[in-house]
This record gives sequence, C-alpha cells and structure tokens, in this order.
Amino acid sequence: MLPDPVTVPYLGVSGYVYLWLLTLVSFSVFGSRVLRHVRVLSRARPENRWDHVGKRIGLVAANVLGQWRLLDEPLIGIAHLIIFWSFLAYATTFFWNLLRGLIPLLAIPYPDDVRWVAFCVQALGVLGMIALAVAALRRYLFTPVSLERSWDAAIILLLIATVLLSSLGSAGFRALAATTGSSWQPVGNFLAAIFASLGVSRSQAATIFLWTWWVHMITVLGFLAYLPYSKHLHLLASPFSVFFASLEPSKMPAASEGGSPLEEFTWRQLFSGLACAECGRCDRACPSFACGEPLSPKQFIHHVKELMLASNQTSVDNSKKSLGDVVSPEDVWACTTCASCMEVCPVFNEHIPLVIEMRRKLVSQGDVQPRLQEAFTNLARYGNSFGQSERKRAAWTQNLGFKPKDARKESVQWLWYLGEYACYHPALQGITRSLARALRTADVDYGILYEAERNSGNDVRRVGEEGLFELLRQKNTATLQQAHFNNLFTTDPHVYNTFKNEYPDLNHGRHPVSHHTELLATLLERGQLPVARRLSYRVTYHDPCYLGRYNGVYDPPRAVLQALGVELVEMRRSRRRSFCCGGGGGRVWMEEVGQAQSRPSENRVREAASLDGVECLVVACPKDYVMFTDALKTTGLEGKLFVKDVAELVEEAVAV
Amino acid sequence: MAGNVWVLAEHWRSKISDITYELLALGKEVATNIGAELQAVLLGHEVRELAQSLGAANSVLYLDHVALANPVPESFAQALASAIRARKPRAILIPLTNVSWEIGTLLAAQLEVGYINACKDVRLVEGKLQVRSVLYGGKMEALVNPAQSTAILGILPGARPADHGRAATVPMLEEVTVDLAETSSVQLKRYLEPEPGDIDISKQEVLVSVGRGIQSRENVRLAEELAGALGGAVCGSRPVIDQGWLPLSRQVGKSGAVVKPKLYVAAGISGAPEHVEGMKNSDLIIAINSDPQAPIFNVARYGITADAIDVLPALTEMVRSRKKEAKSRAA
Amino acid sequence: MKIIVLLKMVPDVVEELEVAADGQTLDTEFLRLIANELDNHALEEALLLKEKYSGTVTVVALDAPEVDDALFTALAKGADQALKITDGDSAPSTLSGAYRLAQALSTVPGLLPVDLILTGAQAIDDLDGMTSPLVAHFLRLPQLGIITQVSVNSVAGVATVLREFPGGVRGEYEIQLPAVLGIQAAEKPPRYVPVSRVQVAMKSRVIESVHVPTAADGGVGLSPVEEMLKPEVTEHAQMLQGSPEEVANQLCEVLAGRGLL
Repeated sequence: MLPDPVTVPYLGVSGYVYLWLLTLVSFSVFGSRVLRHVRVLSRARPENRWDHVGKRIGLVAANVLGQWRLLDEPLIGIAHLIIFWSFLAYATTFFWNLLRGLIPLLAIPYPDDVRWVAFCVQALGVLGMIALAVAALRRYLFTPVSLERSWDAAIILLLIATVLLSSLGSAGFRALAATTGSSWQPVGNFLAAIFASLGVSRSQAATIFLWTWWVHMITVLGFLAYLPYSKHLHLLASPFSVFFASLEPSKMPAASEGGSPLEEFTWRQLFSGLACAECGRCDRACPSFACGEPLSPKQFIHHVKELMLASNQTSVDNSKKSLGDVVSPEDVWACTTCASCMEVCPVFNEHIPLVIEMRRKLVSQGDVQPRLQEAFTNLARYGNSFGQSERKRAAWTQNLGFKPKDARKESVQWLWYLGEYACYHPALQGITRSLARALRTADVDYGILYEAERNSGNDVRRVGEEGLFELLRQKNTATLQQAHFNNLFTTDPHVYNTFKNEYPDLNHGRHPVSHHTELLATLLERGQLPVARRLSYRVTYHDPCYLGRYNGVYDPPRAVLQALGVELVEMRRSRRRSFCCGGGGGRVWMEEVGQAQSRPSENRVREAASLDGVECLVVACPKDYVMFTDALKTTGLEGKLFVKDVAELVEEAVAV
Repeated sequence: MAGNVWVLAEHWRSKISDITYELLALGKEVATNIGAELQAVLLGHEVRELAQSLGAANSVLYLDHVALANPVPESFAQALASAIRARKPRAILIPLTNVSWEIGTLLAAQLEVGYINACKDVRLVEGKLQVRSVLYGGKMEALVNPAQSTAILGILPGARPADHGRAATVPMLEEVTVDLAETSSVQLKRYLEPEPGDIDISKQEVLVSVGRGIQSRENVRLAEELAGALGGAVCGSRPVIDQGWLPLSRQVGKSGAVVKPKLYVAAGISGAPEHVEGMKNSDLIIAINSDPQAPIFNVARYGITADAIDVLPALTEMVRSRKKEAKSRAA
Repeated sequence: MKIIVLLKMVPDVVEELEVAADGQTLDTEFLRLIANELDNHALEEALLLKEKYSGTVTVVALDAPEVDDALFTALAKGADQALKITDGDSAPSTLSGAYRLAQALSTVPGLLPVDLILTGAQAIDDLDGMTSPLVAHFLRLPQLGIITQVSVNSVAGVATVLREFPGGVRGEYEIQLPAVLGIQAAEKPPRYVPVSRVQVAMKSRVIESVHVPTAADGGVGLSPVEEMLKPEVTEHAQMLQGSPEEVANQLCEVLAGRGLL
C-alpha cells in the first residue's frame, strides 16, 4: 500500500503540518517580494496598455505559449519550448499536489494517481531533462555572446533538474512500492525495474518515495521564494510583459521631461527589468555592441532591474537610486535606435523608450556634447543640422537643367519632400538630381517645397529634444497644409517614419507618405518608367532601419531591382534582421564611440563584400549612402564594392 | 611737432613685438605721404634700451612711469591721451594684439574723438587719409575717412612686412614726463606659462593644421598621418583647441603661436582673421576647405575645394609612395 | 553678488552678406541677426559665477530684430532679469550703442550699483571700438578684456582674472570691483538650454522694455563709412581640380619642386 506523504507522521507530527508551515513560509516570502515589486511599479508613471485586448491575447498565444520569437535561434528555441511546456505541466501538478497535501481530507487523487496526467508529466519530464542538458551544454560549453555563466543560471538549472529528477525518481519508487495499475507510467515502470534490480525492496521503495515527494515539494517551495529576486522572475512576469507589450513598437514614449529616478519612468518601462531573462539576444542583435562599443542593451535593462531590487531594500545608502547614476551618458548616446534589440526580445522589452527617456533627461539638464549642441542650434535656427542658410536648400537644382515645380505655388500630383541630406550634402546632391531626371522621364507630375522645407524632426525626437521636434513639426505641418499636392513621397526613411507615424493628419486622410522606392516600384510595374537597358550588376540590398524594421517596407525596393534586371543576392542579415549602418538616432551628430576599426558601417560593408561576386551595395537611405561610402574608404574595399542608391540605378537603366 | 604720425611701439616681456615694425613700415608710408615725421611712442618702465631698434622712426618719444611697467590698458591710454593733447599728432597707429587690445578704444574715448578698429591699410586718397577696415569675420571691408584732427587707428597684424619697419639706425630719444597715479585699479600680479607641449610648433618646418572642417576628434589622426609622412607636426585653430582635440601648445593664431614654416597645410580651416594672423607669413600655404568662399583661399597659394577628410589620406598615400620611390632610386 | 551681462545682436554671417544700394551699409533683405558669440560666453561666465557665489544676473540688450529670442534664451539659461533698451537707432555703431547702454545702466533704477558688468571681448561689427572698454569709460569703471577666468573676493572688493597673451601665456590680474570685463571664453562652453525651456520662458517670463532715446551727442566723433564693399582679393589661391588622388598628385609635384618631399 502506498503511503500518503502528508498523513504519515515524522517525529510524531503529521506530514501536512510540516507542509503547511513550509507553504506559509514560502508563500509569504514570495508574496512580500512580489508586493515590493508592485509597489515600485505603482510609484512609476501610469501608462494605458489595455487597448486591443484581442490582439494582446494573440500576442501571448504566439509568444508565450508558442515561444515564437525564441525560435529565431532554432536549437535553443525548441529546447526552451519543451522546458516551458514541461514547466507548465509540473507547475500544474505541483499546485495539485499542494492542494491535496494541505487538505488531506479533500477527496481528490494525487496527480500521479491519474493515469494520463502521470503519462504526460513523465514524458515531459524526460524531454525536459534532455532540453535542460542542451541548454546547459550551450551555456557552459558553447557559450553564446552575452550569455552569462552566472550563479543564478546555475542554480536555476540545478533546481529545475532537481524538480524533474525528483518527480521522475518518485514515480519510479512509487511504481516499485505500489501494486495498483501502472500501465500508463512508462518511465516509472522503467525506473522501478532498475531500482528492483539494484536490490531495493518494496518497503524501502515506499520510504524513498516519501522522501522524493518531499524533496520535490520543498524544492519547488524554495524555488517559489527564490524566484522574485532572480532572473527567473521572467516566469511570472513575461506573460504580462507580452500582454502589455507595445502594439506599435516604433512609437515614441509619450512626451515627458525624461527619466532618471525610477519614478520618472512608466510602469511598463520599469517592468522590462522584471521580465528580462538575461538571454542576451538584444546584445547579439545590437550593431553598437557587435562593434565593441560600450553600449549593451542587456545591461540597460539589468540596471533597471538592479535599481528596482535596490529600492526594495531599506538600506541607508540611497545614493544610487537613479538610473542616471549607474548608466553613463556615453552609453545613452551610443544607441542608434535601430530597434534590433526590441525586434528579437522574447519578452517584448522596451529598450529604446528607456534610452529615449534618459536622453530627454540629459537634454533637459543641458548635458549635451558640443557637436550635438551645435546641431540643435542649427536645426532650431536654420532648419537643418548643417548650419547652412535656408536659402541654399534648393541649390542642388542648379545643375539640373530644368526647374522642378514649386508646390508652394502650383498644384502637383506628388510632393517630393527631400530631407536635409538630399539637399545639402555634397555627396548626395548628385543622387537627388538622378531621381529628379528619372521622374521627369516617367512624366511624373511632382514638385518640391524649395526653401520652405525643414528637417522633419525624426532624429531630433530620438535624441530627446522634444521641444525642438515640436517646433519643426509645427512649421512643417503649416507648410504642408499650405502646399498643393495629392500625394507625398520622400527619399529619406527617417522623414518617411516621422511623417507616417508622428505627424497626425498629414495629408488630410489620404495615403500619408510613400518612400521613393515604393513610387518607383509602382511606376515600373505600370510601365510608366520604361527600362531602356537592363543592368547586369550583381548586387545586394541593405534594408534601412527606418524603412524596413520600423515600417515593414521590404518588397518595393526589391521589386524595383528585379525590374531593372540586376541579380540580387541577399545578405544573411537582411529584412528585419538588417544590420544598422550606425548613423541613426542622431549618431551622425555625435562624436564616435569606441575604436576606429570597428564601426557598424564597416562591419556591414565587409558582409556585403564577402558575398560571392557581388559588386554593388544598394541603399535606399541617404545616411546609409554616406556611412557606407566612408566605410569603403576606411576598410580599403573601394575597389571591390561600390555603393549606389536605388534612384541612381533607375536613372542608369532608363536613361537614353 | 604737430601733425606727425605716431606709432605705439608695443613691447612685451622685454622685447619689441613684431607688429611694432609692421606699424613703423606703415607709419613711414603715411608720414611720407602727408609730409610729416614718423614718431615711435615707447611707454613702459626702465625700457629705454628698447628704443634702439625703432630707427625707422625719425624719433622716439619715451614715456617712463612705474604704472606703465605692465600692460594695463587704462594707464597706457591715459599717458597717451595727455601726450596727444600736448602734441597733437595727425594720426596714431595702435597695434591690435592681445597686449594692446583696448588701448585704442580707451584712448579715443578719453580724447572724445572717434576710433577706427580692425584696420588693415591706411592710404592717402585725394589728399585725405583713408582707412580700410575688416568687418564680419572678413566677409566685408569698410573704407573710412577719419574725421577728427587726430586719427586714432587700431591696426591688425600683417598690414605691412615687419622687415620694412626695421632699420639699423638708432633714433633720437625724447623723454616725456608722465603724470599718472602710482597705483591703478587694475594690476598685473603674475604670468602663467602654458603647459610645455611636447613640440614647439613655431620651430617646425612643416605644419599640418586642422580646423572645424575636419568634423571630429577622430579625424585629427588623418592630419597626424600626413604630418608624419612629411616630417612635420600637427597644429590647429582655436575652435579645435577649445574642443579639446589638440592641446593649447598646438594653437595657432591671435592667442596662440605665430608660425612661419616652410609648408603650412590648412585643412578644414575657414581662415578667420584671428587664425590667419598667426600663419600668413608661412612660405607655402595650401588650403583644403569644402566652402569655395572660405577666406583662407585669399591667403593660400594653392587651394582645393573638397572635404579635408577625403584629401588628407590621398595626399598622405601619395607622399609616402613618392618618398619610397625616391628612396629606392637612391639605393 | 550682482552681475549685468550686455548682449549685442550682430549680423549672422551664415547668410550671404550684401552691400545695400547706398554702398555704405549692409543690405537688410535677407539679413538675419544673431547674438554676438562672445556675449554668449559672457552670459555663461556670469551664470557660472552666480552658481559659485550666488547672486543675480541681469541681461541688458539694445532693441534689434531677433533680440527677444536671445533674451528669452538667456532667461531660460538661468538669468534672473532681462532688459531691452528701446527708442533708438536700428543699427547703432558700437560706440553709440555703448553710450546708450551706459546711459541706461545709470538712469534705470535698480541696475547700478553692480559688482560686475560682463560682455564679449569683441564683436564682428566693432568698427569704432569694443563695447567693454567703452561702457567702462562712460561709467568710469575699471576694465579689462580678453578674459578667460574670473574669481571674486567680495570681502576685499576685487576680482582675480586671467587675460590671454600671445603664445598661450596668461596674465593674472587683480581688478577692483565694480568693474567691466570683456570675456574671451567662459570657463565652460556655453550651456545648452532645450527648446521647451525657452518656450516656457517665452510664456512665463517678461522682458522689461526701457525707453532710452539716442542722445544727440552720443557717438561723438563718429567717422562716417565712406564705402562698404566685399573684400578686395589681391591674391587668390590657385585652385586645383580633380579627384582627391589627382589633387594629391598635383600637390606632390609642387612639394617636390620646392624640395619638401
């Protein structure tokens, strides 16, 4: 007869008494720790994330139950999926055991007594052990970048292993000790046979079964108490972090004065610290981190977590209470806002909003490096960061041979918003002219705003100068409202992003803004842009961050390239995994960080040059053009590869 | 004698400044044109022997007073003012340097006459004195006819070659009594010497100089490589030093060093007067600036309208390969 | 401690400067004015002194286009008070401007007495003198220019300042207060103030307007500008054309010819 672990007396006291005591201790520690986290969150700024509940549930289904983002790294993805489901199963059976154990008079069986439950649990237990082994091997023998061999990780692996093994072992001893039907317990039977062969008697098995049951329960109870202060808090927090994820990840945090002390961030921004499992995927995706720069998205989140934990302690030393105290301004400014980190984070953490809030804080304190300060002053005064007169904005038209229409004065079908790089940067004015001529050949009715154009403010916003952004947005909105056009397109993805997402009602409800590759794709498709000669280059295409990852425009540029006849070879890091050139987030206005030999742009051109036979790197963003042409010089790859904008290739193909 | 042309003979730390000779050269011209004498005015304390090198002037007026021992603009202006009231010269040329900066302004204010600043030239036009002054960082010039009986003119460095103002003859010295208070509300306590740099740029034969146009601290390396290839050193304009990209010992210009190397490459330097005055006498000046209107092109012998960060590496490369060729041919 | 900062609006040379039809002044059609760069340094130095010694900073400027922007920015940076002097010449010379400022300072109640008056050591339109020695003269105060460091001993009523000399040498002077200083560089680069804070200042702070008419005898002895013109280019560089490599080649020819290679 199988003993009931909680009715058997130990040192004269029935088991359930001990269980009650242990449960009360474990739950109260767990509860108080969780409460402290909640208290910190409640002091933070509010943020409403209850909209579109249906969508949110869908996110949870795909990313928590389905572990969708983890499958990016397939081996560990599948292993973690198994660990997750086995954990879910074991959590369920634990609470079942606990309930039954605390209330022995409850007329429910133990989970192990229910055949199909036992089967599932044991199958998942074995799979779980294999998955754990894979995880442990990866962490300790084939350690990926930014994955730590920390004590926390070791403890968790040991704890889970103990939970699984104690359960499986328990099943084995149970099977040996019991006499009732065990046809649904393949593992239990298997182990029982082994134990029997080792000479364990029935009565011995019964006793050992008791002990394995207690080991299992105590381990889990201990785990519960340990959980809220370890990285395994993500077990509890991640379903919530996914549910309350930002449905528009590229959206800027609501206007604020910035953040440094914890209370100045929103609760969801702080929650990232709790949900982080320290997996390091963000670091592995970050272009700055990849080039040896001090920026580490994972460290940012980790600092948040550490501060939240510290603010729970009632220690005397309050000097480190602000995020600004532990994160250096250098790290804050090093981010290019490419959003690769947020794209891969399995728990949907929000690294970029944290960086933006910290930047806003630094700006409000006037803690701004001189070059950036100069850029701000120039933008506010002249509407461009180059510090050139507004009157020179249309200087690029001088060598054009014709004057594009002035959309301030006459009606046009398409308004071309150039952006400051296309207008002022000497290396880009040629490309601007190429596009102007190509569109003329296609009989596109377009016009420009001449001197009325100002910087759109996208990067100004991402550097934390909200006031300056507002100033620019107001001016540009007024200019656009007075101009006469049906549709709007731009050559600059940064302009595209902010016009599309941050200028409300830009074009009176019509399609807000297109990128020039979208327009070109349409023209080519309709035959409005006849291809006089097909180009025979072997090219690769770089997806700009603000066009691709931020706004999902991947196919139109490829359609254009296909129509031109070039042979397109994709880089490994393409589409949503495209590797940032390092110029976004206002980085072009700042001093370099880190070693000269390891810029993201250099990393990227090396990737392009490594593709067999590829001679041309095609770009669709002016900053990419500038960054990559510079990188070709500094890496000495100028002879091997050349950079061309899509517009240049189009002009080459349609010119007669 | 009334109607003469005076030059304030600037000296500093026991040496007559170069600009004094430049002003003597200019003053001599003006004096000759208006048919008057040129007098150098030497103010100081126990510096009589410095008058010996001022032979380009007909005579030297020497004003000695303990209050004139150190550069205190008000005291100098006061002493000059009483001398001018007594002797009524036609014009006085005052150097525009850090040493004599405010003297012209204060002097004119004390005499209640006008002052003309930033002069680069003084000529006689249709019988009247005409002055050409520099405005708006060199973007405009103004022609002014000094209206008053004594023209008080602040002259920029470089108006005439200093050599034209040197003479072997020793001029006549006339002592003039000075009535000044012993103490002043402005007193020099001591001089602070700059940190000794690793190199004295004024002794270099080749200098590669960088300005804001090189855009970042990073790119100073490009200049260093060219300097290395040419066997010279790197220096910079004030903004570059203010940003901390180069130490103070490498500053060229009004508050920095005056240099006369055989070769001066100005990369990304606009050519503001305060910088130009520190290097315009270099033997060969090559300027690289992306702005074709940059004033530096008025001072350079050869100019390139391009981004310095493109040209510097190309030039370094070419210099290195040429030197290599020359070496292997010699071998 | 009480500090007054004098701010002057000067032509912004980012725009192309043209001579007006009269041949003697600047064409104003596209002319924009900007605060004199060294006056920004003077303001920064004043704010640093306020932080160090506590006290007040008052910014005073003559009315001119775009002066409001500059004054509100000064208030947003931390100045306590901003004063605009109106009813005068729209394009005063430095001398007449300094005279009016001195008049304003002496007649407007509450401005003097003061510990320090700071302004930039020079401005790009200083044809007839520099503001700092002129104001000092009209107010009969001691003055020193080309200053890069200031420390104050209120008890002794003196300031110890550093003045730049050639070759990187600096002279340490003691000057009796009250005094006028011409600032060449503040001890820290002029601070940045975010646009939002300037806009807050525009809504919540006030620039006081004070009427001080141009005195008839102000600007005594001003010499008239005969003619203003674009700089005469007696010599211009020989411009080399081509790609960086081609240019490098040409330069090397020149250098070789002079024995510099």
